[in-house]
Amino acid sequence: MIWDFEFTVEAMPDLLSGLWVTVQVTILGYLIALSLGLLIAVVRRVRVVGPLVHGVMEFIRTTPLVVQLVFVFLLTPSVISGMTVGIVVLGVHYSAYTAEVYRSGIEGVAKGQWEAARALSLPASRTWGAIVLPQAIRKVIPALGNYLIAMFKDTPLLLAIGVAELLTQARRIGSASFQVVEAYTLVGFLFLAVSIPSAILIRRLERRYAAV
Amino acid sequence: MPPSDTPSAETPQGGSGQPQIVFDQVVKRFGDLTVLDHLDFSVEPGERVTLIGPSGSGKTTILRLLMTLEKVTEGHIHVAGEPFSHMRRGGHLVPASESYLRRRRRSIGMVFQQFNLFPNMTVRKNVIEAPVHVLGLSKDEANQRAEELLDLVGLGDKIDAHPTQLSGGQQQRVAIARALAMRPDILLLDEVTSALDPELVAGVLDVLRQVAETTDITMLCVTHEMGFARDVSHRVLMFDKGQIAEEGPPEQIFEDPREDRTKSFLRSVLDNGF
Repeated sequence: MIWDFEFTVEAMPDLLSGLWVTVQVTILGYLIALSLGLLIAVVRRVRVVGPLVHGVMEFIRTTPLVVQLVFVFLLTPSVISGMTVGIVVLGVHYSAYTAEVYRSGIEGVAKGQWEAARALSLPASRTWGAIVLPQAIRKVIPALGNYLIAMFKDTPLLLAIGVAELLTQARRIGSASFQVVEAYTLVGFLFLAVSIPSAILIRRLERRYAAV
Repeated sequence: MPPSDTPSAETPQGGSGQPQIVFDQVVKRFGDLTVLDHLDFSVEPGERVTLIGPSGSGKTTILRLLMTLEKVTEGHIHVAGEPFSHMRRGGHLVPASESYLRRRRRSIGMVFQQFNLFPNMTVRKNVIEAPVHVLGLSKDEANQRAEELLDLVGLGDKIDAHPTQLSGGQQQRVAIARALAMRPDILLLDEVTSALDPELVAGVLDVLRQVAETTDITMLCVTHEMGFARDVSHRVLMFDKGQIAEEGPPEQIFEDPREDRTKSFLRSVLDNGF
């Protein structure tokens, strides 16, 4: 077959708007994953509540993301957009993973740091906020960055709930024009165009923080 | 500003004849291992006591109990005439709650073997953190206190450095300044020179000698530095198997030990070149 450049130019605006949705979903979902995951990692150390939260997170990790997306989408009232559902579900799903990352970071903080904080009678808010978390987070920045890319690559699942992200757009364009190969190839390139620079950026962060 | 209910360092409860620290039949077990076995001893205000003995004899556990890093299994600890490991409730002594401990342990400071400075903070931040956030000092007051103390330990020029940029000896001197910034009545020193290269030990010990000479802080010191123990302490407690094997003034313990266990311990320490 021959590559149709005219089609490429025609399809670009729709594909780019799809990419924009994908990027928005990724960034907003990632912000949820980062903050909720941190909260979960801290709460997991609390008695009674901790194991409960852990159970819920295990459940989220062991069920498929696409099922969670469809399930939540069907349960929410239709005034809430698919995109909002997608952002929240992706964010919550990934918070189950980031929580584990934070947890390993917290456990990596030397016991002596906790003891020194206690010896100085620091309140829990300072022990966590000024001593433990800054050290823990610094160590896990590279690992957290990897989940940003993983999440970006999971956004096509939003196709299942009809969000006009990149893959949904490509499928629409592809089936309308029957130029399926071009449409999906372009999707591949557009994903690469975002994820390769992100990966380089993350590797740079890794080098900067992991050394410490 | 939170109430500052800790007695200030300038007014130790001396003269009242009341011991500052009392261990009353204290037992500490870790699983099946008995580390402290019905231990009784007391320390007077302003007294400097050195704890010596073979490793595993419970010396460090005593400091950790006082810093509330461990809880007693049995028995009671009193500090400044008030229950410390326990608190009074309805005429009974019950195990102390976290909030009670938080209030009571403010009068106690500790310096650790591994320094335990906060690596994500500058030297200044390390020293002012607790005075600002626990004692409620203003930034200015805390900074002034930090500058004075860092000058005292000879590191005034390192105030904006990060701990990782300092040698072990310097880090330990910062840790001493950090503990003193809380103006504790009691200072616990847990093998503070054991993790240091030999050439850095003297600097840290000089700082502690100076603290001992210029303040009346009660000091409990676990150390293998027998010269330092002899110079600084009023009393030496020799521990063995969770009990006090022998106690006395440093001259007597070091020159004329009565117990065989003390003799053999001192011999082994000296042989190892401490």
